[in-house]
Amino acid sequence: MAQKPIILSAEETVSARRELFRRKFMAFAFVSPLLLFLLFAFVAPISTMLYRSFYNPTVAVLIPQTIAAMKTWEGKSVPGTDVTAVFAAELKQLAKKRLSGQLAEALNRVRPGLSSIVKSTARKMRRAEDADLKEKGTELLMEANGVWAEKSTWRAVARAGKVYTVDNFLTALDLETNESGSIQRREATQIYVALYTKTLRIALIITVLSLLLGYPLAYYLANAPSKLANALMLMVLLPFWTSLLVRTTSWIALLQTNGVVNSTLIWSGLIDTPLELLYTQFSTVIAMTHILLPFMILPLYSVMKGIDPSYMRAALSMGSKPVPAFIRIYLPMSLPGLSAGALLVFIISVGYYITPALVGGTDGQMISNIIAFHMQQSNNWELAAALGTLLLILIVALYWTYDRLVGAGNIKLG
Amino acid sequence: MKPMKQLRNLILGAAALLAGAAGQQAAAESLTAVSFGGAYGAAQKKHMIDPYMAKSGNKILFEDYKGGIAEIKAQVKAGNILWDVVDIEVIDLERACSEGLLEVIPRSILPPGEDGTPAIKDFIPAALANECGVGVIVWTIIYAYNEKTIGGNKPSTIADFFDTKKFPGKRAMRKRPQVNMEWALIADGVAPGEVYKVMATKEGQARALAKLDTIKKDIVWFDSWSQAPQLLNDGGAVMVQSANGRIFDAIKKDKKPFTMVWDNHVYDLDVWAVVKGTKKKKMAFDFISFATGTKPLSGMTDVAYGPTRKSSGKYIDPAVVPNLPTSYLDKGVKADGIFWADFGESLGEKFNEWLLK
Repeated sequence: MAQKPIILSAEETVSARRELFRRKFMAFAFVSPLLLFLLFAFVAPISTMLYRSFYNPTVAVLIPQTIAAMKTWEGKSVPGTDVTAVFAAELKQLAKKRLSGQLAEALNRVRPGLSSIVKSTARKMRRAEDADLKEKGTELLMEANGVWAEKSTWRAVARAGKVYTVDNFLTALDLETNESGSIQRREATQIYVALYTKTLRIALIITVLSLLLGYPLAYYLANAPSKLANALMLMVLLPFWTSLLVRTTSWIALLQTNGVVNSTLIWSGLIDTPLELLYTQFSTVIAMTHILLPFMILPLYSVMKGIDPSYMRAALSMGSKPVPAFIRIYLPMSLPGLSAGALLVFIISVGYYITPALVGGTDGQMISNIIAFHMQQSNNWELAAALGTLLLILIVALYWTYDRLVGAGNIKLG
Repeated sequence: MKPMKQLRNLILGAAALLAGAAGQQAAAESLTAVSFGGAYGAAQKKHMIDPYMAKSGNKILFEDYKGGIAEIKAQVKAGNILWDVVDIEVIDLERACSEGLLEVIPRSILPPGEDGTPAIKDFIPAALANECGVGVIVWTIIYAYNEKTIGGNKPSTIADFFDTKKFPGKRAMRKRPQVNMEWALIADGVAPGEVYKVMATKEGQARALAKLDTIKKDIVWFDSWSQAPQLLNDGGAVMVQSANGRIFDAIKKDKKPFTMVWDNHVYDLDVWAVVKGTKKKKMAFDFISFATGTKPLSGMTDVAYGPTRKSSGKYIDPAVVPNLPTSYLDKGVKADGIFWADFGESLGEKFNEWLLK
C-alpha cells in the first residue's frame, strides 16, 4: 500500500522551515565557542605561519624603487645606472632608518656572504650627499664593493625581491633554480630530503615496535579477569599520566655512559667497556616507543574488548587450527583498533620534537628539530614554514593513501 | 537605608584600595632584564642588579635566556616587548642591531671611570664598537681536561685536542659550527690571524669540516655551557670545550681537578643592550649606566670573566688574574661577529649536513 504523500500548506511550510532553521541555529550556537577557539588558537596562527612559506615581502618593501626598476632587466649583464643609482639612494635611506640589516639578512639568504657587504655599503652610502648619489651613485656603489659589478649579485637581488616565491619549498626539497631558470639539485647542502626520509623511517620503526609490544598486551588485557585487567591497565595509564619530560629524562639516567643499563651489563660481565646508548638513533626510538605505547594499547584494548570470544571458540570447535583462526577471525575484527593505534603512533611520532632533542644526539634528530633550528637559531622563519608545510602535506598524503588502502571508516578509537 | 550605606562604603573602600595599589605600582617601576643565568647570572645579580635596586628603589625582574635573537625578534615584530634589557653576545649583537631590534645607546649616558678617565677612553675599544651595546665582560671559549682521566700525556695546544692518537678519549663540543670550525682550521695548520679569511671560501669550509671529520666519532655534542663541566666530571669526555667561567667555577667552588688550556682560545664580549620599542627606555639606560660603572664591572671577575673597563683593574683580586681571558689576549683569537652574521646560517646548514652524514 503506497503511502499518501503529506501535503503541507504554505503556512506550515514556512513554520517548518523556521523550526528547522531554529534548530540548526541552536546547534551552531552550541559549537560556536569551540569553533571560535579553534579559529583563533589553531587555524589562524597556523595559516599565517604557512603563508610565510611563499609570501616574502621583505625586500620588495625595503627597496621598492630598485625592484620596480629591475622589472625590465633581463639578467644578461649588470643593470644600468637607472637601477644601480636608485639602489644606492635607497640603501642610504635604509641605513638612516637602521633597516639595512633586514635587507642584508634577506639578501644573505639568497647568497651567503652578502650580509656584511650590504651593511658596509649602506654605511658608506649614508655618508654620501644626496646630490652626489643622484649624479654618480653607480660609481659610489662600485667603489664601495666589487660585488656590485657582478651580475650574479643582481640576480640574487632580483630573486630576493619576488614577493611570492617557491624558493623556500625548493630549498626544503634540496633543490634550487640555476641561472638559466631550470630546477636542479642544490649545490650547497643536501640535507632536508634525507631528514624527511629518516623521520619517516624512525616513525615507522616506532609504530612497528609499539605494535609488536602493544598487540599481545592489549589482547591479554582484553581477555584477563577484570580485576587483574584493571590493575594492569593502571600500569599502562600511570606512565601515560606522567610528564613527558620526566619519562624522557629517566631514559637519560638509564642509558647514559655510566647509567643503569651500562653498569648492569658491565657488572654481569657481558661487556667490558660501556656501550654508547644515549644520544643515538637507538635511544630516540626506544624512548619514543615507550612514550607512545599507550596510544597503541588503548584503542586496541577498547576494540578487542568488544570482540565476542565465541567467534574464536566457534572457529576452533569447527576444526580450525589456532593460528589460521586468529588470522582469519580475530585479526580482521581487531583491525579498526590496530589501524587507529598505528595511525596515531605514526602521525604523532613524525612530528615529535622534545624526545629526539633531548636524547637523540646528532644521529636521532628528526625533521622537527631542524624546523626548530630555523625558528630559533637561524631565524629563517620562511624556510621553517616551508618545511612545516611539506610535513603537513606529507602526513595528509599518507592519510589519504591509508584511506584508499584500508578505509578511514575502519578507524575506531573505542 | 543601612545596607545602602554599607554598600557605598564598600565601594569607596575598594576604590581607595585600587588607587593605592596603582599608586604603589607607579612608585616602584619594574624593569625586566635577561641574562645567561648560572654562576654568571649570580655574579650579575650580586654586583649589578641588587646594588641598583638598593640605590634607585626601582625593581628589576632578572630572568634567564639561552642567547640568540629569535625571542627578541619575536617581541619586536609583535610589538609586545617583555624584555627591556638583555645581555647579548657580540656574535648576535651585530645582527640584532642592524636589523633594528635594539635601541642605540648614547655614549653620553656612560659615567667616567672612578679614576676620572672619560668613559670613551676607559672602556676597551671592542666594548663600545657597536652603537647598540655597552660591553659587560670579556669571556672566552677554551678547552679543559680532567687530571684524573687524561692519563700521563697532557694536552697543551688546539692540535692536541684533535689528536686522538696521542690523547685518546671523547671530546665534548657545543653543537654548532661557531668556534669548532675555527679550531679545526687552526689544528690543520692555518695561522690564527687567517682563519676567518680561509673560512670565507668554499675550500676553507670543506677543509674545516674534513678536519672535524677526523675526530667525529670521538665527539660528544652538547647544547648548553652548563653541560660542559658536568661531562668532564662524570667521565662523559676527557676534554671539553667550555666557556672559561664555567670551568673556573667548578675548580674554585667544587674543587674539581680540571685544567684549562689557553692555546688559541676564541674570545668574545657580552654587552648590555636595550630592546627596541621598550616603554622603559629611560630606566633601561639608567640601569646600564650604573651596571657598567667601574665597581659593578669588576665584580664579574668572581666568575673569571674580564671587565671591560680599564679602571676596574684596581678592584680585581690578584689571585684571579691568571684565570682572566684578558690576561691571555695575545694567545687568543677574537670571535668575528661580522663573519658569523654573514655565514652563520649557510654554515649552520652545512654543519648540520655534515653531522647527519
